[in-house]
Amino acid sequence: MAEAQTVSTVKKGRHREKWISFLFVLPSLIAIFVFVYGFIAWTGYISLTKWNTFLKDLSFAGLANYRFLFADFRFQSDLRNTVVFTLLFMAVCICLGLFLAVLLDRKRKGETLFRNIFLFPMALSFIVTGVVWQWIFNPSTGINLILKQLGVDDPPLWYVQTKVIPDLHLGQLHVGLPLALIAVIIAAAWQLSGFTMAMFLSGLRSISDELKEAARVDGATEWQVFRYILLPALKPITFSAIIILGHISLKIFDLVYAMTGPGAAFVTDMPGLYMVETTFKGSHYAQGAAIAVIMLVLVSLLIIPYLVLTFRKEESL
Amino acid sequence: MKLNGRALFSCLMAGMLLVLMTGCSSDSASSGSNAANKNQVEIFSWWTGAGEEDGLKALIALFKKKNPEIEVINAAVAGGAGTNAKTVLATRMQGNDPPDTFQVHGGAELNDSWVAADKMEPLNDFYAEQGWKDKFPKALIDLVSKDGKIYSVPVDIHRGNVLWYNKKIFDQYGLKPPATFDEFFKVADTLKSKGVTPLSLGDKEPWTATQLFENILLGKLGPDDYDKLWKGQVSFDDPRVKDSLVTFKKMLSYTNQDHAARNWQDATQLVGKGEAAMNVMGDWAKGYLTNDLKLKPNQDFAWAPFPGTDKTFVVITDTFGLPKGIKHPEATRKFLAVLGSVEGQDAFNPLKGSIPARLDADPGKYDVYGKQTMQDFRSSTLVPSLAHGSAAPEGFVTQFNQIINTFVTQGNVDQAIQMMKQDATANLATK
Repeated sequence: MAEAQTVSTVKKGRHREKWISFLFVLPSLIAIFVFVYGFIAWTGYISLTKWNTFLKDLSFAGLANYRFLFADFRFQSDLRNTVVFTLLFMAVCICLGLFLAVLLDRKRKGETLFRNIFLFPMALSFIVTGVVWQWIFNPSTGINLILKQLGVDDPPLWYVQTKVIPDLHLGQLHVGLPLALIAVIIAAAWQLSGFTMAMFLSGLRSISDELKEAARVDGATEWQVFRYILLPALKPITFSAIIILGHISLKIFDLVYAMTGPGAAFVTDMPGLYMVETTFKGSHYAQGAAIAVIMLVLVSLLIIPYLVLTFRKEESL
Repeated sequence: MKLNGRALFSCLMAGMLLVLMTGCSSDSASSGSNAANKNQVEIFSWWTGAGEEDGLKALIALFKKKNPEIEVINAAVAGGAGTNAKTVLATRMQGNDPPDTFQVHGGAELNDSWVAADKMEPLNDFYAEQGWKDKFPKALIDLVSKDGKIYSVPVDIHRGNVLWYNKKIFDQYGLKPPATFDEFFKVADTLKSKGVTPLSLGDKEPWTATQLFENILLGKLGPDDYDKLWKGQVSFDDPRVKDSLVTFKKMLSYTNQDHAARNWQDATQLVGKGEAAMNVMGDWAKGYLTNDLKLKPNQDFAWAPFPGTDKTFVVITDTFGLPKGIKHPEATRKFLAVLGSVEGQDAFNPLKGSIPARLDADPGKYDVYGKQTMQDFRSSTLVPSLAHGSAAPEGFVTQFNQIINTFVTQGNVDQAIQMMKQDATANLATK
């Protein structure tokens, strides 16, 4: 009897605890529902209306805004730029980050110093990076002055370059890598390679020395240790790096805004820039909302597989 | 148990929402009553740059001298050539918290937005009271009016169709500022053969290229048809539009190679420093040349109307109106009275480097450029600027900027015309 009572009070206590913890997260839950999901829904709704004038017009337009965007030269360029930028930016950051991490992992003298030097750009805001690299890559005043001193007669035009290679035509769009984006990719990679390095370094440090030693004792070369021990062990880290870098580059705005703007013929334009301009300068609210929805879909394409994978892992644990 | 939990959950949700909502409403109520101080006027602008901020301060000082009992709140928002300010303004207007008065370009920027949204008080009685009706040019009053009702007070005038040139380079090669397009290309060819960049452009922000193109359109179409183009009464199929694009393309071949990396100041600087010979820019460039680069007018640099636009004046005017539902209408009227007075305009404009909107201001207070421009302002046909949002709604302008941006690189005339027509159908109200 007494025992049964204690069991029930313990149960009650547990229930109460559950409720109290629920109460604590409730305000933020509500806030998230209203301010995140609520506004996502609102944006989705606006993107289906005719509100492309200064005066609010919420009459239904169907997919007209989306149709307009996908036929629009600027938005087509934006999509091309986003894809090219994201792929190259991630590739450069991951290769460079991994390289630096492996170098630092040698535990030589001065490691802390170099680690901080490599990490430091991350502390800057994208706006600062953008302004500085804008000066560096300015074709008439920046790095080209050095190149000219070194005897390069025809230095690159950097972000002023309007060429796209290979110049495949798809309607009026030039499909390929806009050369002007290379300057932006260098700036972005400069800022975030250090961060990627830090991620890889922590990954490398979590691999036990014994494992590496064992491989070496078995006669593995340094390359083989890297290829067959380190790389497979770094897979989850690489995956996280892709997610983090990918969502930064898909949503990039400030760096491009400060560094190049949309660029001639939109060679460095990004959906974020277009969205802000068309919404707040041009009062094309519905069009801006449609761009926002498309950006959300792009990020989801990256994030959802990641979430699915992590959930599966948690379940299997 | 489960049912109870759900009921409790929904109760809590409702409770939280209630708290949130009442929290919001009580907040706005209290801020409203705090601000309902009668002796205040809040002036909203994007005047934070060197000369313009000084001008605004001089204006406020004059106002305070006349109305010492009224407190002035200078609500200037910096950045983006007014873009940031316009965003803040839109938020405040839509939230029914309008500033007492705000800066807005005369023309479409005023009429197709705030006036169309029924957010502005007509000022006809106020103009009559102040005796202003014949003090401003009629074309200017028309620019700030809709359906016969006047909605704002113009304070300054900038001219958009000015060709700036480096006097020393022109003297050196015995050149005269070109008055026609043929002369322009002759001069440009001479300069090119001497190794001087003929025309500087800085279209990192696309409006500068649009501004150059609108001047070409004005030169080719003349003031009447230029105006009709933006009203949808002249089609973009007009052969003169095509001719303008061809001329524009040709002109671009005389510009500095790195134009996409420069903003307007960088482009004007090329002329100031003698690295390029000519630049087309609104006359705020004068302030930049004299104040920032310390150059002397008519000695280091000089100016002429853009080719083919001699007797026309592309007007860019900053104006202030009276929004509906403001907290201090009386104090605001007093401010507008100072703003529109000769004294107020002469306090503000010499510092900003613009000319007064009134015709009876004192030319003695202005520099050599100002004096001459005041003359031109009186004797020329006034037309609105597209690049600065006076000729057509912002929606049309942003789209037009994109077309120009693409055209500058790709130079496809037919495609540009096609896109301009689409832009016109989508964003120009055909009246």
